[in-house]
Amino acid sequence: MKSKVIVATTINGEELEFLCEPRQSLLEVLRDVLGLTGAKEGCNNGNCGACNVLLDGVLVNSCLVLGVEAEGRTVETVEGMASGGQLHPLQQKFLEHAALQCGICTPGFLLAAKSLLDHNPDPTEAEVRHWLAGNLCRCTGYDKIVRAVLDAADTV
Amino acid sequence: MQPFRYIRAHNAEHAATLLQQQDGRARILAGGTDLIVALREHRIEADLVIDVKGIPEVEELSFSPGEGLRIGAAAPCHRIYRHADVLHHYPGIIDAASLIGGIQIQGRASLGGNLCNASPAADSIPALIVHSAICEIALPQSRRRVPVEEFCVAPGKTVLGRGEFLASLHLPPPPPGFGAAYLRFIPRNEMDIAVVGVGASVQLDAERRHIRSARIALAAVAPTPLFVQEAGDALIGAEANEEAFARAAEIARAAARPISDMRGTAEFRRHLVGVLTQRALAKAVERANK
Repeated sequence: MKSKVIVATTINGEELEFLCEPRQSLLEVLRDVLGLTGAKEGCNNGNCGACNVLLDGVLVNSCLVLGVEAEGRTVETVEGMASGGQLHPLQQKFLEHAALQCGICTPGFLLAAKSLLDHNPDPTEAEVRHWLAGNLCRCTGYDKIVRAVLDAADTV
Repeated sequence: MQPFRYIRAHNAEHAATLLQQQDGRARILAGGTDLIVALREHRIEADLVIDVKGIPEVEELSFSPGEGLRIGAAAPCHRIYRHADVLHHYPGIIDAASLIGGIQIQGRASLGGNLCNASPAADSIPALIVHSAICEIALPQSRRRVPVEEFCVAPGKTVLGRGEFLASLHLPPPPPGFGAAYLRFIPRNEMDIAVVGVGASVQLDAERRHIRSARIALAAVAPTPLFVQEAGDALIGAEANEEAFARAAEIARAAARPISDMRGTAEFRRHLVGVLTQRALAKAVERANK
């Protein structure tokens, strides 16, 4: 019953294999098996968005995906956003606008915002707020996050 | 989470056979947005989880003018509301698919899953009912088809028996003069469960003046989503105007059997049924005129 399964996947551009139990969520696999602790466990039931990753480019809650479902897919986490020692423009703008305090929600917001700009490079404020409605932040009051995303959209 | 085995089904027969062999201890996995939470919270026990996402007909999303729309039971909302044919021919389905959860839920959640979860407040079910959707149910050796309004039988309960699962949904091609809409009331802008939801569809006559047929369905005002046939039938032959919409709304209000809970009182819900039925009909007629 507890036998583990080998899963072959691509995470942040790197092809790799991991072992997990079918009951382990992708979030647990990322954090506990692969040591990628960027995605956070907030509510663990799909309400808060702190565990957001891109699965084949689609924004998902990794707490609501089984690790075994990553077989043959590509996963992008916050660890893959910066490249060559350069922060992603969204990360840079989050810093400039002080769009974070405790930081727990930030990786999820960054992935959600990246997914928004992938679909809509020039969103309105209302579109940003709507897209980010599935991500909860209890520190910032959202305003600085929205401004950071709008500013990043102008930069990208 | 409780331990279970995981199998990717090759085809519908394979999935249905596995389901039957497990004697109620197997569950179908589509987007997982309900199932994984229920397994984690021990509201559901399972020895086997059967992933049906690799089955082409369960993932399919296709339209043809002759056949209408086929929505694989596991096709996620984000594919539905970005599909050019759905956008063009079925805006009433877009209404529902684009407001279930947030963006990250829509990346996984399917209309088939929303239906099988059988919540009385499910947003997609009134929209499917007013489009006269048919559920295609797979069994190990055969198929059966059930109109969507008969699919849910109690909160969380469906007509699915042992060894049966929902493979796809079929929506007939919209006839000329057809329009549909789904509206819900929630106390915030998004990410909430319907206090009341109302779906409406109309087919207008050739002059686009009189209503040839209409369907009205309600969410969150009864133990199951409610198809109010008499409210739609009352519009047959009527001129498509506010007076007729108000008459249908009155019948819908009378058919609602709401309870009072933290989302709203029974009285408020009944009021909302009236308001939303009129508005959904007006929107359906507006779309029928396009």
